[in-house]
Amino acid sequence: MLDIKDLHVSLEDEDKQILKGLSLKLETGKVHAIMGPNGSGKSTLSYVLSGKDGYEVTGGSAELDGDDLLDMDPEERAAAGLFLAFQYPVEIPGVGNMTFLRTAVNAQRKLRGEDEMSAGDFLKSVREKAKSLKIDADMLKRPVNVGFSGGEKKRNEILQMAMLEPKMCILDETDSGLDVDAMKLVAEGVNALRGPDRTFLVITHYQRLLDHIKPDVVHIMADGKIIKSGGPELALEVENNGYADLLAEVA
Amino acid sequence: MKMFTPKTTVKSKAKMDVTHSLMAHFPAPDGTDWLSKARADATARVNAMGLPIARDEYWKYTDPAPMNATDPMFSGPSAASDVFTGADAVTITLIDGVVQGDLPKVDGLEIALLSDAAQADIHWVQDTFGVLEAASQGNVERPYAALNTAIATQGVFINVTGEVKTPVRLVYGSDGGQCNLHHVVKLAAGASATLLEEGTMAARSTSVTEVVVEDAATFDHLRLMMDVADRQTVTHIFSRLGEESTFRSFTLTSEGALTRNEAVIDINGDNATAHIAGACLGDGDFHHDDTVFVTHDAVDCESRQVFKKVLRNGATGVFQGKILVKPGAQKTDGYQISQSLLLDDDSQFLAKPELEIYADDVACSHGSTSGAIDEDALFYLRSRGVPYGTAVDLLTLSFLAEAIEEIADDRLAEIVLAHLEETLSARR
Repeated sequence: MLDIKDLHVSLEDEDKQILKGLSLKLETGKVHAIMGPNGSGKSTLSYVLSGKDGYEVTGGSAELDGDDLLDMDPEERAAAGLFLAFQYPVEIPGVGNMTFLRTAVNAQRKLRGEDEMSAGDFLKSVREKAKSLKIDADMLKRPVNVGFSGGEKKRNEILQMAMLEPKMCILDETDSGLDVDAMKLVAEGVNALRGPDRTFLVITHYQRLLDHIKPDVVHIMADGKIIKSGGPELALEVENNGYADLLAEVA
Repeated sequence: MKMFTPKTTVKSKAKMDVTHSLMAHFPAPDGTDWLSKARADATARVNAMGLPIARDEYWKYTDPAPMNATDPMFSGPSAASDVFTGADAVTITLIDGVVQGDLPKVDGLEIALLSDAAQADIHWVQDTFGVLEAASQGNVERPYAALNTAIATQGVFINVTGEVKTPVRLVYGSDGGQCNLHHVVKLAAGASATLLEEGTMAARSTSVTEVVVEDAATFDHLRLMMDVADRQTVTHIFSRLGEESTFRSFTLTSEGALTRNEAVIDINGDNATAHIAGACLGDGDFHHDDTVFVTHDAVDCESRQVFKKVLRNGATGVFQGKILVKPGAQKTDGYQISQSLLLDDDSQFLAKPELEIYADDVACSHGSTSGAIDEDALFYLRSRGVPYGTAVDLLTLSFLAEAIEEIADDRLAEIVLAHLEETLSARR
């Protein structure tokens, strides 16, 4: 379970507070959605949880199954089972997608004190998972995300998620830049990974992604805090009425 | 071909003192008639030019003083290098410039040594030895190359008449001495060969490799310079390219207090291709200078210069690259890129890219950049569980990829890449 308590975060370079006492408990095996207007701190939350530089935690805590996430290096958080699907996956010229995937899988295993995956097992597993995401051999061979379309990049994120088998998945605006068909494909990939031991935090602006990835719980975030939580109907309310009513309720 | 004419400018006393002192240090070696004459001519060139000193424009970014020293250097021993052992090559091992064992025999090519010039019938080398070097002195003075022609006592001469698949591999090792090597490679029309070089020639060394690539011939060159951190070397490759010929040279440098690699390529035949590439991993007391001069004097030719340097802990990288397109060299396709990845604030990269074009129907491009590691890419890799050190190595390989891709032979490229990965992980 991911347990975030009274989290306060500022930008390191400027004296600007982004998260202002955010608390959130994510129950294992459930899909949680976070929605919120621009600038509410949704992406900051995903970066702080995964350990990106440039943010200063000034108060509060975040624990994954009782382990203090904020005290770990990004690679340790990954090995502990955290995965962030990036809103803008990074292009890495000169590093083959397969090499990257295998390095990541085996690095995590090593950090956890497990044996490396054999080349044969790895290949078999990648091919199987790539196929269901409609990722062809060429995409696997090409440098990481270089020349990939928006849809291909997001599918590649889901492939990494499938290979790394994390227990806590954060999807940061995975629907941005996707057409309807691409979004369906990505959603199918995510749904295939749902299970009793895997928790999802789906960050999105829009209800439409949640038509395909049905959430168990919806949280509304504004000005660095969760202002309301509820069932899937909360997302529909936002879709119909916007955030104004909810914001007014709190104010 | 333009012949050398000594310049009449008065050289400084400091320059001439250095020159006379070093020339006295290396007495002219004995040789047969043609060789003695080549050496005497080269000595005259050195005396007319004088050796480089710090004030010289062409040596603005690299202090030549260590190369002018006469005191012995003892930085060895360094065992003969063994990276290309799996390349199915024939091997000649030289320790401080002394050939170990017998010369190998290969179908389609003849191998001889400079030290055998008095005994062996190597008439085929006479029209090349010191000739390409002398011709190069017309544009820019390259005194160490002339010095090498004058004093080199050893070198490997290779005469290629067929399409030779087996690479010829020169393996260097050092017991801490000095040496000057002068190689000659001649490829007859339609011939092809691959030359591999690896290791440390000596604690202090110069080398000249003159390569004649006749029409439709192909020459591939791969070189690894590593093992000894405090060694000093100045190397030169001079090549003349015939019609539809191909010249490809790649150098990986991972050690060296002073390395200056000069490549001077004259494209004289139409439809010829010249690729010169280099990758560098500089750490600490490391100074690496790539000085390249490509002359296009024919139509429809392509040249590429691809140089990438990764520098840290105060290492210095230098690039001086020029493309000269002569009048009439139409349809020239010239490309030049020099880039550095600076892993800290102490390291520096100095670049002087130059284009000089006298033809009106050409496509030439050049670029030079310096940058730090991409923080977003680093975070992306770490967020997938790749530890910091491994992630930096992956991004380093990513940065060097364009240079490594210049290696035409896939199997040799794999060997170089594996060596590169090993070097990186040993330094982590």
